[in-house]
Amino acid sequence: MSTRRNPMEPQGLGHALETLGAWVLALLWILPLAYAFWTAFHPPEFATRFDPLAPLSLQNFVNAWNAAPFASYFVNTIILVTMILAAQLVLCTLAAYAFARYAFFGRDVLFMLVLVQLMIMPDVLIVENYRTMAALDLTDTITAIGLPYMASAFGIFLMRQTFKTVPKELDEAARVEGASALQVLLKVYVPLARPVYVAFGLVSVSYHWNNFLWPLIVTNSVGSRPLTVGLQVFSSTDQGIDWSIITAATLMTSAPLLIAFLLFQRQFVQSFMRAGIR
Amino acid sequence: MNRFSVQIHGWLLVLPAAVLLAAFTHYPAVATLLHSFYSTPKANRPAVWVGLENYRAMTQDPVFWQVLGNNLWFALGTIPASIALAMLMATWVNGKLHGRAFLRLAYFTPTILPMIAVANIWLFFYTPTYGLLEQITVDLLGLPSHNWLGTPSTVLACLIVVTVWKEAGFFMIFYLAALQAIPPALAEAAAIEGASRWTYFRRVVFPLLMPTTLFVLVNAVINSFRLVDHIIVMTRGGPDNASSLLLYYIYDVAFKFWDSSYASALTIVLLAILASAAIMQFAFLEKRTHYQ
Repeated sequence: MSTRRNPMEPQGLGHALETLGAWVLALLWILPLAYAFWTAFHPPEFATRFDPLAPLSLQNFVNAWNAAPFASYFVNTIILVTMILAAQLVLCTLAAYAFARYAFFGRDVLFMLVLVQLMIMPDVLIVENYRTMAALDLTDTITAIGLPYMASAFGIFLMRQTFKTVPKELDEAARVEGASALQVLLKVYVPLARPVYVAFGLVSVSYHWNNFLWPLIVTNSVGSRPLTVGLQVFSSTDQGIDWSIITAATLMTSAPLLIAFLLFQRQFVQSFMRAGIR
Repeated sequence: MNRFSVQIHGWLLVLPAAVLLAAFTHYPAVATLLHSFYSTPKANRPAVWVGLENYRAMTQDPVFWQVLGNNLWFALGTIPASIALAMLMATWVNGKLHGRAFLRLAYFTPTILPMIAVANIWLFFYTPTYGLLEQITVDLLGLPSHNWLGTPSTVLACLIVVTVWKEAGFFMIFYLAALQAIPPALAEAAAIEGASRWTYFRRVVFPLLMPTTLFVLVNAVINSFRLVDHIIVMTRGGPDNASSLLLYYIYDVAFKFWDSSYASALTIVLLAILASAAIMQFAFLEKRTHYQ
């Protein structure tokens, strides 16, 4: 491995100043989070008072957990992101395979139509999609939250690009061996695209774990509300301004993603990179 | 495979995704346009064709103009700031500074948190008297107390700060990838020529980052018209619509006043804005494929 130094790295005083700048910015960036952690892990009387001797406490989390049906919200969110991801993986893989390897009639026009969704996302079509869900009698169900996102243009695009890099010879060899189209897809293409699936999966899960506006509109009961909506209902109505409990609830809802991110930092960063660069 | 089965297989593979896309992207986009020409159906009166009436009402709706203006300021406030910060962050994280791993973690963490959770934290941060901001400005610096989210002149700026904070780390990732792709020979050549770090950045790195900047720019434009979660938590568009953005106004009109026709007309404006971004993106994607 070469260890050539980049001569354009800052040196001497410049290096010190830039390091200082980078650290100040980083500390500013985690300040709101650190503040939330402080408030959530200390008794309410220390919520806005900084005393290094303040006792640590988990009581805020207990209170928040007992004050709203967070267990159902967690279950709903987990069902939601699993359902969306499973559907996306199947639908996008099939479509991407066709777009990458089948010269069927109307392919290019259809592909352009798919790409339209990259700009005009379901996020902004709330009025008509709500009308559709009402007509299908699906409002206030987890299915209704997920349905508009199941065919992901982004996923199709990402996987098509990946499938196109698979050597045609591999495909042909498998077919000569007597593999069917689906077998070729599952045995040749999908295994080779594994890193892209991981990247897409992470991006999809974090997007839908965090999604808020559409679930807020289409759900109105504990049975279907995901965490984000549950948190909003909880913090805007039930609690007045008990910040200790609200920040505890806030951290609780973000905890799974935050912990996963801390554990798999590199994969997260690389996945977002891979998914964005395409 | 014969030609006929290629056709059948191709279409069968695409069909499930195509049906869902048509049902929840293309159909609603077209239906929005159609419904914007009708009146909102009421209990005893079905929708009737009103032509451009909803659009005429829009031009005379002061809230619409205010919201559109807010959204432009919001875009102007968030886009350049988050792009510049993202570039700076990427440069630092890509370099050999001490504690690089921590820096990357700190910059990127806001990206993976739900906007709704983040908004709660910032709401607390901005709270009058108790909030951290007031504790710094009033208790530490001795400035007069100020209701940051309750004053029309500062509320939008507060939301812009939250958005920049949330987005910069996300855009940083793309710059980081681009920086890592720059051949080290360029830095060596620049050093031989005696270029300063700043000149090297301005004349070599910045132009090479241009395709990334374009990509990030399009995403930032889309986000500035798509992100409204924090408004619902922090201000509900107030005070006096000073922090309302276009999509939030659509949400208000459609699901609080239940005026779905007017909401459709407003959505058409939003779609037109996004379509312009789309044209930019397609022109740009076209260019990118030539590189490969």
